[in-house]
Amino acid sequence: MTTTTTTPTATVAEPTRPAPATPPGRRRRAARHSTPLTIAMLAALAYFLLPLLWLLIASTKSTQDLFNSFGLWFSHTPQLLTNVKATFAQDDGVFVRWLVNTVLYAGVSAVGAALLAAAGGYGFAKFRFRGDRTAFNLVLGAVMVPTTALAIPTYLLFARAGLVNTPWAVVLPSLVNPFGLYLMRIYAQDAVPDSVLEAARIDGAGEARIFFRIALRLLGPGLVTVLLFTLVATWNNYFLPLIMLNDPDLYPITVGLSSWAAQAQNGGAGASSDMLALVVTGSLLSIVPLVVAFLLLQRYWQSGLAAGGVKQ
Amino acid sequence: MVLFLLLFLAPLGYAAYLSLFRERLIGGTAFVGLDNYAQALSDPQFLHGVGRVALFFVVQVPVMLLLALAFALALDSGLLRLARVIRLGVFVPYAVPSVVAALMWGYLYGPDFGPFAQLGRELSLPVPDFLSDGWMLGSLANIVTWEFVGYNMIILYAALRTVPEELYEAAAVDGAGAWRIAWSIKLPALRPALMLTLLFSVIGSFQLFNEPKLLMNIAPDVISSSYTANLYAYTLAFTGQQVNYAATVSFLLGLVIVIASYAVLLTANRRRTS
Repeated sequence: MTTTTTTPTATVAEPTRPAPATPPGRRRRAARHSTPLTIAMLAALAYFLLPLLWLLIASTKSTQDLFNSFGLWFSHTPQLLTNVKATFAQDDGVFVRWLVNTVLYAGVSAVGAALLAAAGGYGFAKFRFRGDRTAFNLVLGAVMVPTTALAIPTYLLFARAGLVNTPWAVVLPSLVNPFGLYLMRIYAQDAVPDSVLEAARIDGAGEARIFFRIALRLLGPGLVTVLLFTLVATWNNYFLPLIMLNDPDLYPITVGLSSWAAQAQNGGAGASSDMLALVVTGSLLSIVPLVVAFLLLQRYWQSGLAAGGVKQ
Repeated sequence: MVLFLLLFLAPLGYAAYLSLFRERLIGGTAFVGLDNYAQALSDPQFLHGVGRVALFFVVQVPVMLLLALAFALALDSGLLRLARVIRLGVFVPYAVPSVVAALMWGYLYGPDFGPFAQLGRELSLPVPDFLSDGWMLGSLANIVTWEFVGYNMIILYAALRTVPEELYEAAAVDGAGAWRIAWSIKLPALRPALMLTLLFSVIGSFQLFNEPKLLMNIAPDVISSSYTANLYAYTLAFTGQQVNYAATVSFLLGLVIVIASYAVLLTANRRRTS
């Protein structure tokens, strides 16, 4: 930790050294921009975006062209559509199945996890019950215990219960989101005023009705944040479905792609060498929906995170 | 709450329970007490795996968080043109599944059609073999950094946005420059958010699994089945069929992470009081 608090100025200073050198007279301008800093940031941006550009370009090539043409430029015979068609046709259209599975798993998990986190957070924020502190501390402890370290025991447990190789095996563990609950508790404390709850109780509304009709509406923005993060986490999850599922028809996209990648690697020649282009194209297709969702829902993941980062 | 107990504490308890038994060739499972733990703690494969992720954590996390901090401060300083584009661009990798990120970087590193190797051949410059034994950990660190700098940046940036404007105005009246403001106002305000990112990073790096699992395809000689602790647990459970031992390794790994997390928290809290 000591390093983090003493070095930032040095690291930030390097690319931006000219910035403080601007004469004091120009500091008063409202919109001042630092060109060197912008250039440094754009260079860094290239690092984050070039791999994705490579993926886009590589998706337009046949497996032969991948080897024979320069990676960061198009080949003479771009064939993106051919690749996309081949990806969807491979193994009787299993790729579409994987996409549908992923949407289902991620959607159900995210909605369920967000609702549960909201209910739990609201409960902790607005009700006092015996042992509530202990329970909440348990939740905080749970934030620290890694999901992956739990995954294998969970698998063993589900194997006993006969849940392995069903969608439930992927969805159920994703419903529990201690961090989401913690966020929602903080959020509920401010977003749901006690006076509103009291007024509703005086009017004779039951607790369940108060939660669904009033609290959930007030918790909206926080709810969307938890929803988004669970969505991304489930969409990108690999370890859990990898161990829980062994029927290719149930795979989400991540497990499916990695199984293709393994096939493409083992072949090296003959029938499976064409797999390479499919893996690359499939990778591109699998990130498009999420990236689009991200761009559309930018507003939400910012506001919600702010709530979690402020309080201790 | 009930669901939480079921899905969270039950596996934990079951793992603890399983870890106390061992399958015998004769006579089924027997209670062996802490024997499995003794075995794990003297198992070089497990210890190497933990050591490797610990090294990974010590090197990769500071680099990643410093980059995230630099980006967050730069965005917040208002000195940037195209700030929105930069913010989004840095964050986009977070939307890429780690499986895809690992596949993509694996191909980029590759000696056959990876652009680095291609450029090296064109210009007849020696390019390091990113997938060799010496480079592998660095290559993995680069993949993880690429994935998560943006995510951590957003957390830090969101925390910076909550600093009241009056503080900056007051500091400016007192004659503080941009650097002084960053040092005396922004960094202290970021402390809780930094703690959060650090905790997530502890948890993430000690569980390292997806990236090495996928790079195993293209570099099977470099990444063994016990390359990281988590990979070892997976191998034990699914190829070795040693369920009890796998549970022990999982449980121990969880314990290591909890201890590491608390160590991080404690050092941070001690710093605050001093």
